[in-house]
Amino acid sequence: MDFSYTIWIPLIPLALFVILGLGSKKIPPSISGWMGSIGLGTSFALSVYTAYKYFSVGKVNGVYEAIIYKTNWLNFTETLHIDMGVLIDPISVMMLIVVSTISFMVHLYSRGYMKGDDGFTRFFAYLGLFSFSMLGLVMATNLFQIYIFWELVGASSYLLIGYYYTKPSAVAASKKAFIVTRFADFGFLVGILIMGYYTGTWDFMELNNPEGPAIMNWAATSFMGMSVITWALILIFMGGAGKSAMLPFHIWLPDAMEGPTPVSALIHAATMVVAGVYLVARLFPMFYFVDDGFALQVVAYVGAISSLFAAIIALTQYDIKRVLAFSTMSQIGYMMLALGVSKYEGHEGLGYMASMFHLFTHAMFKALLFLGAGSVIHAIHSNDMRDMGGLRKYMPITHITFLIAALSISGFPLFAGFFSKDEILAAAFENNMLIYISSVFVAGLTAFYMFRLYFSIFWGKDTKYEHAPHESPMSMKVPMIFLAFMSIAGGYIHFSEYVSADRVPFAAHLNYGLAAIATTVGLIGIALAYVFYKKENNLAEKFSNAFGVFYKWAYHKFYFDEVYIFVTKKIIFGMGAAPIAWFDKNVVDASMIGVGNVTERFSYKIKGMQSGKFQDYAMSFIGGGVVIAIVIFYIWIN
Amino acid sequence: MIEGISIYEVLTLSSVLFFIGVYGFFTRENLITILMSIELILNAAAINFVVINTYLYPDFLQGAIFTIFIIAMAAAETALAIAIIINLYKLVSSVEVKDTQVLKY
Repeated sequence: MDFSYTIWIPLIPLALFVILGLGSKKIPPSISGWMGSIGLGTSFALSVYTAYKYFSVGKVNGVYEAIIYKTNWLNFTETLHIDMGVLIDPISVMMLIVVSTISFMVHLYSRGYMKGDDGFTRFFAYLGLFSFSMLGLVMATNLFQIYIFWELVGASSYLLIGYYYTKPSAVAASKKAFIVTRFADFGFLVGILIMGYYTGTWDFMELNNPEGPAIMNWAATSFMGMSVITWALILIFMGGAGKSAMLPFHIWLPDAMEGPTPVSALIHAATMVVAGVYLVARLFPMFYFVDDGFALQVVAYVGAISSLFAAIIALTQYDIKRVLAFSTMSQIGYMMLALGVSKYEGHEGLGYMASMFHLFTHAMFKALLFLGAGSVIHAIHSNDMRDMGGLRKYMPITHITFLIAALSISGFPLFAGFFSKDEILAAAFENNMLIYISSVFVAGLTAFYMFRLYFSIFWGKDTKYEHAPHESPMSMKVPMIFLAFMSIAGGYIHFSEYVSADRVPFAAHLNYGLAAIATTVGLIGIALAYVFYKKENNLAEKFSNAFGVFYKWAYHKFYFDEVYIFVTKKIIFGMGAAPIAWFDKNVVDASMIGVGNVTERFSYKIKGMQSGKFQDYAMSFIGGGVVIAIVIFYIWIN
Repeated sequence: MIEGISIYEVLTLSSVLFFIGVYGFFTRENLITILMSIELILNAAAINFVVINTYLYPDFLQGAIFTIFIIAMAAAETALAIAIIINLYKLVSSVEVKDTQVLKY
């Protein structure tokens, strides 16, 4: 069982980044596109091979053992040190598959989508950097290593959102994404430091051992009525919430849609935004055992509220990518709440497995939805669904694949999303009724807004187009067809045999009663969307008017951006920063300027001494010499 | 050692010469006359060397040798100064001190 070759899975994209980045002006687009695709294809093949090998031989006494290769990188104390290494265990292998698959597909797709763009090679270089960081993140062996890659992922996300750097809105969006996630990451860093200080280790294996000192001694120190370890976990979750666009750090995600659409598919739908879910899953035993799972309760409620909140906003948006962005937020909320309601052992850990399962299927169908949206945008050069309609006639492949993805996310029976969503609902049903009801409601909303999107784009009114829309080229169709296949087939993988909270495989079965309820709710959503949007009519408008103010709130995303602007501009800048700036300007700077002014005035007065006549200088010289001579003479006399 | 002339008279002569040079250095406006004043100062020093050597240490020659050095150095210095003055004249068409103040501040 030698897995040391897995280090090459992230290193290949890194090499691509270096080569394409340095040669971004010299390498022609045709070559760089192929280089990126082949490189990621290799990573993809290696990941699949790793998964096959690990899941066939990785089990020791019925438990999937983690396989670790690491070297000591930085020593702080005898016990506290930062390692760099590779961790192979069920969830990291699963994430390797997800990241490399989506990244490979997006590379293939971008060859068509970005064709003719000036920065083609630069784009592929950034994609390489992102793939490297994300693959490194999922294979990290300790909290600090994950943090390093976490920031790298944030930086590459910044570069890709701001890819169209001549567009002011893209620049603003990239800054917003970076600052908001960076603010959340500050909590993450503080959490890591607290964790390191009180447990003396950052290693996942040591932290997660249920009998280990880190978990056993959680109650040793408390702060403000809670264990410090619980505080650390909540702060770490704050970092995860920032990256995963959970409330209240979600405001960057809709704006991040300014980036090219393949980027949205890769980063803001499938991989980077689930990093927070992965982080919680990675530390799941800690979340579960410390303080009887208080931090896990926080995760559950944040996830549930975010999923409901985002689903409501998604109903009202017109920009197709924004609808998908809020849908992503909602689905990630699902994963979070599934983790939050999960328990640890055997079938009790259903939520954990359901969360990972949904992460996997969601990555496939959401990436597909974005690629489909990209294909539509590529054809008609608009993001607004009011500019679309009747596209099924022009773009048959896009239409079919988009429909498959929409059915999958809506939880239509026998599609991938149906299975994973059912597991989540079952886990919620067993543990928390409130969250279960909210999740079922969200399932209905999801079905409704997805089919609102679908009908508005592909059916609805027969828009007259100036240029007849055309189906996308082969390079864009192939990844979509593959992902459509995965959006169906992904559901038939027996996830519970591979991924579970305690690494022991168990058998999960469909709960037919719960599945029937969820399916019915989903079908109602689809039916409503059919009535409202299949043919052009004003039912939807009447319906939204009935909600009045509430509709307006949702349309404005519940004014979260405005609240943030108010807090930062009025309170932090106005009341905090402005007096400090005044002090800086009028006291600190002024004193320095004063010293300069005094010197200058004084020198102005005395600079006449430098007459430029060398005889004057000689006179001073002689005079000085005479004075010194007299002084010495006087001293000598005495 | 010159009969009838003591060291005091000679030193008085060199002192007078020195101060005439200093006075000229400070008061003359013309660069050439300033140069001549410097020569006077140097010659006063040279006389001091010779006289003190002759009157106090007649068996040694260092003072005389120093004087030869001073004369050689004065010649070189004069050549250099004259070159500078000629160049200055080309620049400002004048050898007056008041026209050389362009480098102040």
